[in-house]
Amino acid sequence: MRKISLHEVTEKVKESVIKINYNLDQSLVALIQKAIQNEIKDLSKSILSDILENQEIAREGKVPLCQDTGVVVVFLEIGRDVFFDGDIYESINEGVRQGYSEGYLRKSIVNHPFNRVNTLDNTPAIIHTTIVPGNTLKLKITSKGGGSENMSKVTMLTPADGIEGVKKLVLDQILYAGGKPCPPIIVGIGIGGNLEKSALLAKESLMRDLDDESNDAIIAQLERDLYKEINALGVGPMGVGGETTCLAVKINYYPMHIASLPVAINIQCHSARHTEVII
Amino acid sequence: MISLHTPITDKDITALRVGEKVSISGTIYTARDQAHIRLIEEKNPKFLLDGSVIFYVGPTPNRDGIPIGASGPTSSYRMDKLAVPLMERGLKLMIGKGDRSKEFQIEMIKNKAVYLIATGGAGALLSSRIKSSKIIMYDDLKSEAIRELEVEDFPCFVAYDIYGGSIFERENNNG
Repeated sequence: MRKISLHEVTEKVKESVIKINYNLDQSLVALIQKAIQNEIKDLSKSILSDILENQEIAREGKVPLCQDTGVVVVFLEIGRDVFFDGDIYESINEGVRQGYSEGYLRKSIVNHPFNRVNTLDNTPAIIHTTIVPGNTLKLKITSKGGGSENMSKVTMLTPADGIEGVKKLVLDQILYAGGKPCPPIIVGIGIGGNLEKSALLAKESLMRDLDDESNDAIIAQLERDLYKEINALGVGPMGVGGETTCLAVKINYYPMHIASLPVAINIQCHSARHTEVII
Repeated sequence: MISLHTPITDKDITALRVGEKVSISGTIYTARDQAHIRLIEEKNPKFLLDGSVIFYVGPTPNRDGIPIGASGPTSSYRMDKLAVPLMERGLKLMIGKGDRSKEFQIEMIKNKAVYLIATGGAGALLSSRIKSSKIIMYDDLKSEAIRELEVEDFPCFVAYDIYGGSIFERENNNG
């Protein structure tokens, strides 16, 4: 058994939320650079150039990439050969508290659906836990903005709807979302499980590397097809029309009930802020 | 590109056409969901609505030595209904992101106002065009409080003009 320091967990969460809110992933920057070459309209090019200039300004460290510094979502993988003396969830929340204060990040969480009083420290984080083999602790951490989250949804299709049903659902949703989720977007899709499992799959798919693809041949093909079909919609950067509507499509799947084909679509804006920490 | 100085007049409004780049200088005000809900009940707001510009934003906190943190637009559709009574009292420009309802567009044209978009997610870039910031109403709303901003060459695009045009209309838009 290996002891994990909860103080270290707090420190890592704090460092991570600050880092991701000021530094855009360079593989995403490269995709946007490529997308500019591919755009025809000046207006669409101009918006993509703004996104590139914005991340340069943010990288200097005085101002975050986006004013919506999001809700912190953590996928926590606990190796079964580790232990800690104390409340790991509180140590993560303490990291959020310290990071959002010291990093000058916006506190965007309210305590109640209708009272809507700000909790003032951006807690609580949303934490999903799994127990896995090994003696390490892994945290996949993201700051997820509200605008793109609001354009996400879960639908219970029937098995007969099949691949074409999934495609139609995704394309309709992205047209409906238009410019609201800050395209170019990354589209996270969860297929299978049940109602809540599909949503978790979609969220976790957004933690994947931008250039990877599913290791299932059928799913990988669907990722490639949807990438092309979404970009053919012409929604474009910020919805003003153009060639670049999405930068990537990620699909995670899971077994499901014989009666069901659950599909969750989780939209991520171009300011895709996430990282991975292993302790 | 069209340069506008606040306050905005009807003449300014008639000159704006969909897709044009607009650069705003002068005084603008921030307001999002909660501030709108309160503002529409307000008999004497602490700024003149007539000729005003409202920017849909909730900035990040500022570090010492800079006036404001990241300041990009939030999605405008949430303010569609709330914007109507303000336009009736003279609100002329709204700055946000994303498309809005048909009902909003009709009310906007009726009230001779224009909807602009700024690049979403470009919070650091847009903040560099804001020269000063002060909270003038609803301090308790924190990032959602109403701020008075002095801006210089604040970059936007005309999204809806008074002639019925929309920047979001596309030839292949079957949605």
